[in-house]
Amino acid sequence: MKVAITSSGPTLQSNVDPRFGRCPYYIIYETEDGSFKAVENKSSLAAGGAGIQAGQNISDMKVEAVVTGNVGPNAFRVLSAASIKIYSGATGSVKDAIDKFKNGEYKETAGPDVESHFGMGRK
Amino acid sequence: MEWVESNYGESEKLIISVASGKGGTGKTTIAVNLALSLSDVQLLDCDVEEPNCHIFIKPVFESSHTVFIPVPAVNQNKCDGCGRCEEVCLYNAIAVVNKKVIIFPELCHGCGSCTYFCPHKAIEEEKKEIGVIEIGKNGETQFVQGKLNAGMMMSPPVIRAVKKHINKKKTVIIDAPPGTSCPVITAIKDTDFVILVTEPTPFGLNDLVLAAEVVRKMRLPFGVIINRSDLGNKKTDEYCARENISVLMKIPFSKKIAGIYSRGDLIIKALPEYRKEFLELFKKIEQVKINRG
Amino acid sequence: MKQIVIISGKGGTGKTVITGAFAALARDKVMADCDVDAADLHLILDPEIKESHIFKSGVTAFMHRELCEGCGVCKTVCRFDAVKKDFTIDPVSCEGCGFCSFACPQNAIEMKTNISGELFISDTRFGPLVHAKLCIAEENSGKLVSLVRQKAKEIAEEKNCKWVILDGSPGTGCPVIASITGVDCAVIVIEPTLSGLHDAKRVLDVTEHFKVPVKIIINKYDLNFDMTEKIENWFKDKNITILGKIIFDKEVVKSIVEGKTIIEYSNNQVAETLRTIWRLLEQELKVAD
Repeated sequence: MKVAITSSGPTLQSNVDPRFGRCPYYIIYETEDGSFKAVENKSSLAAGGAGIQAGQNISDMKVEAVVTGNVGPNAFRVLSAASIKIYSGATGSVKDAIDKFKNGEYKETAGPDVESHFGMGRK
Repeated sequence: MEWVESNYGESEKLIISVASGKGGTGKTTIAVNLALSLSDVQLLDCDVEEPNCHIFIKPVFESSHTVFIPVPAVNQNKCDGCGRCEEVCLYNAIAVVNKKVIIFPELCHGCGSCTYFCPHKAIEEEKKEIGVIEIGKNGETQFVQGKLNAGMMMSPPVIRAVKKHINKKKTVIIDAPPGTSCPVITAIKDTDFVILVTEPTPFGLNDLVLAAEVVRKMRLPFGVIINRSDLGNKKTDEYCARENISVLMKIPFSKKIAGIYSRGDLIIKALPEYRKEFLELFKKIEQVKINRG
Repeated sequence: MKQIVIISGKGGTGKTVITGAFAALARDKVMADCDVDAADLHLILDPEIKESHIFKSGVTAFMHRELCEGCGVCKTVCRFDAVKKDFTIDPVSCEGCGFCSFACPQNAIEMKTNISGELFISDTRFGPLVHAKLCIAEENSGKLVSLVRQKAKEIAEEKNCKWVILDGSPGTGCPVIASITGVDCAVIVIEPTLSGLHDAKRVLDVTEHFKVPVKIIINKYDLNFDMTEKIENWFKDKNITILGKIIFDKEVVKSIVEGKTIIEYSNNQVAETLRTIWRLLEQELKVAD
């Protein structure tokens, strides 16, 4: 299955980006064969509703799980409606995140982690 | 749902808007004292995030209306999840996943595109409350104010709703929001004359230049009032002279005026000589309008 | 690292002057001007621009005249009164919804990306400054403010700063919300006027909604002692700290004219009060000097 990891860069060595809606890249990792591709996040440029558009894009790519730092309420709504599993609280490199995901170290997130407008300079 | 028609430019009397690039220059002071110096007048408070005219004009409120914006609602029975609505929404207010439509009303600008383009007529517009219009008067002066509900993002629909109440038979004074972005544009659009209120400091001048740019882009006649005119430097005068911008009035700083304002009182009541100044101001504006044809 | 924002609800209360003073007093900090609509902080900080980034946001309709057949569908569907009599689009009124573009039978209307503003990263005598300019008539959605804050935070983390000091936006809408979310403290500057108190209360609604702790400064307090007392009592009842009261002094205007912070310009009472306020703020937020 396809897993999307929010990333600050286009490689497995890049760090996980904490923001689902406005991260610069998604690393789409295929668990079947270990292949991956980096997809630029077009919704990072959105005036509003970046999380919504990102959720839509991820769903269109037939991704089944998202690994990220935080998911806001709008994105959460879209991803849940698309039955995409969300694993938040990830840090470190994308490669680390993939390994942890494969080892079942992440728990599925039950609700949005942050209020909307997160990622605007919060700690 | 009715939409604003901009035909009030055809009124017989003047519609004057009072704006400023910078906040705190005295916009509301000018708007209120000018309005109350005139007869047969209507004052509109379009600073819907922070409406303050009521503090000074102390109107008796007679009625209020809720302001709604239309937001789409999907009839699930008619919807087949085709996603056309999501395609036409440029604000990302609609997502369609697993053939389910999800709407985000806080991002919706009420443009009506999704409703129009849905091939199954599955979208209807519902009303979302965003603010309130309150109407009243003080003596013969009519007053309308708009208030944006706390947490609501968009001022222009409330400002448009206030302007719908323009009484073409009266001289209209509009207190605009400060700044140079969307809400100000909405407030000053289609008015006959814009008064830009400034202070002769680097902050005031910086923001006056921006405000003048906006007003020029909108091709509206305008003039400047310099408030606290003795606190600062001469650069604002020089700028206005260079740019051929008329300085309509100057009000020097006075602790007395500051005190009057701080108590929510009117300058023209506490210092009646100012009534004459505001009447002169109005005559100057009328003259500009006549000259323009 | 602590983030503080100075806001006021109402404009003209002295927000920027106070932010400038904090810039002069704080050590190891990054400054940011979140008032992108009418940015003023640069006038006292005299920045040297090191980087600039064009900010694009949203789209505006553009009519290709040669393709237009004058059917008027665009005019009928536009709810923002942006289609002129000659069927060209008024970019000032256009809200970028795209309805006309989708509806035009001749495909004559193109949605063009807006250059909405520009973001700058600069050096100043007090450290790095992130500021921006929103193009006129653009929608101030708060997104440019968010970018300013993001850059400021990145620089602060890079340089291991103790403070991010934000000059906030006036009002209560989106740009203010973007200025205050996630800060450690919002300092509300109030003048002792009825309008000032009225607007401060409205901005307090916003800070409470976003669970942002607040503290108060009363500026030009000697212009109305009664009102000052009223404000002090109101906030004391709500258990909100008043950091201090500053007197009105024409010297402040002179300092602005000179392009200096009041701390640099004078050792007058205003400067003294601001020093005391800053020390108190450091204590309250537990930042070691």
